[in-house]
Amino acid sequence: MSNVFPKWSNALPLKIIVFVFILAAAVVSGITYYATPSYTRVGYEPVQPVPYDHSFHVGELGLDCRYCHSKVEESGHANIPASSTCMACHSMIKTDSELLEPVRASFASGEPLPWVRVHQTPDYVYFNHSVHVNRGVSCVECHGEVNKMEIVKHDQPMSMGWCLECHRNPEEYLRPIAEVTNLDWVHPGGEKGQIEDGKKFVEEWNVNPPQSCTGCHR
Amino acid sequence: MRYVYLIFILGVVGMVSILGPRGSKSTKPPLEVFPDMDRMPKYHPQAESGFFADGRTDRLPVDGSIARGTYIADEYLATGKRGETFGKGFPIEVDNDAIARGEDRYNIYCTVCHGGAGDGDGITKKYGMLTVANLTDARLSEYTDGQLYDVVKNGKGLMYGYADRLSVEDRWNVVLYVRALQRAANGSAKDLTPAKREELGL
Ligand code: HEC
Ligand code: HEC
Ligand code: HEC
Ligand code: HEC
Ligand code: HEC
Repeated sequence: MSNVFPKWSNALPLKIIVFVFILAAAVVSGITYYATPSYTRVGYEPVQPVPYDHSFHVGELGLDCRYCHSKVEESGHANIPASSTCMACHSMIKTDSELLEPVRASFASGEPLPWVRVHQTPDYVYFNHSVHVNRGVSCVECHGEVNKMEIVKHDQPMSMGWCLECHRNPEEYLRPIAEVTNLDWVHPGGEKGQIEDGKKFVEEWNVNPPQSCTGCHR
Repeated sequence: MRYVYLIFILGVVGMVSILGPRGSKSTKPPLEVFPDMDRMPKYHPQAESGFFADGRTDRLPVDGSIARGTYIADEYLATGKRGETFGKGFPIEVDNDAIARGEDRYNIYCTVCHGGAGDGDGITKKYGMLTVANLTDARLSEYTDGQLYDVVKNGKGLMYGYADRLSVEDRWNVVLYVRALQRAANGSAKDLTPAKREELGL
């Protein structure tokens, strides 16, 4: 009886097993790289109804974040400004700009501008701006260098692991309250100074970020 | 087997070049891999609503109504007026904390136009902002405290009011800080204590 299978097929099972392992490794690394918020969210920059530019208004004019996001220190929600906030300047500056037409129309009619949301945590997560901002956590830790962005983009993954990273070691991020909206601030003492001062703040302000599930999923 | 690996590698290269590295910019909303209960039918601040005719979840207050707990009985504290005329004096406690808070708020809301020193030389002047008042000149130094409060609250001329962003106390704190700026701009050596004058050699 002649051989049913040729000789080379003896090595086939081994080859298939090796290939399956390589394939599995590729699929797993593909999913961790691509199916996590670091890929799906970071870099999202929707088209806004008005091409409002943070890098000019904050970086160049030196407006403080709270000029527009005025309730960020008092409320859980950081408010998007009303069009009257823009019109405080734009009723005199660039009054005939095409780009600002929606702002003028909104101011005249009282209809809000349809700004598109960039950041949005899932609804089962409780997040609050005022607790963070009043404990020396700067906007830059969570939103990146907004003062250099022409269009606001999603800069950080905002996944659960990312929140916990800071909640476990808050001393690496805390800064004096007065510098919270100064996004360019870095500790003058470098990394070592930051940790040292951070530890001091944690103690003085009794900072105790929640790590238990009910802290964020309430 | 060689072909299988070749196809595999081509597949990986193809996927990577289509998907790109992390952080690539995109205008498409993020993909929610497992949507679970990420978006529940509940209302968020400043969000859209299909229920109300004007399409927003935030309800505007009814005309003439006052939100619970925000009514201020002291007329002068709330409006800067005593009867029909603007009053003098501060209805808040005047101390270093109040001035410091006033400075903080002034630098957020006023500096862009009126300048850090209150001389009307803010950065917006360069871009065509018209007739920004010099807060330290004689005309405004003669304003009563209540009158300054009213300008901060309701605006004046081309300036818009800041009532939506400054609380009642904060408006008074800002007025207090403006008084400090006026004092600083119009001061003379006589305002200093003798010891300080000596120190500066005046
Ligand atoms: C002149 C007003 C103004 C100032 C000052 C300002 N912003 Fe904004 N900001 C806006 C407007 C309008 C939007 C909505 C449009 C957009 O997303 O670009 C916005 C959007 C944002 C968003 C995205 C919100 C979302 O949808 O998720 C972030 C984050 C943000 N701002 C942070 C900051 C920070 C940090 C500062 C201070 C460095 C700042 N902003 C200063 C007006 C302002
Ligand atoms: C402190 C004053 C100030 C405020 C408040 C302000 N802007 Fe501006 N804005 C400016 C100045 C100054 C310019 C630049 C004008 C120039 O280039 O000559 C500008 C330019 C712009 C432009 C570009 C216009 C063009 O035709 O090039 C847009 C769009 C704009 N602003 C949108 C907004 C929006 C939206 C808001 C409210 C969230 C806002 N601005 C609030 C001062 C302001
Ligand atoms: C600890 C991280 C953190 C810090 C610090 C932080 N933010 Fe946010 N921000 C978020 C998250 C998370 C969201 C999404 C919130 C949601 O879905 O309700 C958000 C949303 C926003 C929005 C959109 C409106 C909203 O509230 O949902 C604005 C505007 C904003 N942030 C501005 C700011 C400004 C200005 C500062 C600094 C003064 C700041 N943020 C500091 C995490 C942060
Ligand atoms: C850069 C640091 C940092 C990041 C990032 C951060 N937090 Fe926090 N968070 C803090 C600190 C510090 C506190 C403690 C405040 C205190 O003890 O008063 C805190 C407190 C909280 C609290 C407790 C509030 C309360 O009322 O007791 C919640 C809830 C919370 N964070 C949720 C989140 C969520 C959700 C995220 C991710 C989207 C997040 N945080 C990301 C630093 C951070
Ligand atoms: C610091 C705040 C924080 C704490 C503490 C926390 N979570 Fe979360 N959790 C989050 C955030 C933010 C998300 C949303 C992540 C996202 O959208 O990428 C989340 C998402 C989840 C999800 C849904 C994941 C998914 O994609 O479907 C589960 C399940 C969960 N958390 C369970 C827990 C459990 C169990 C604990 C306690 C051991 C816990 N969380 C503690 C912030 C927190």
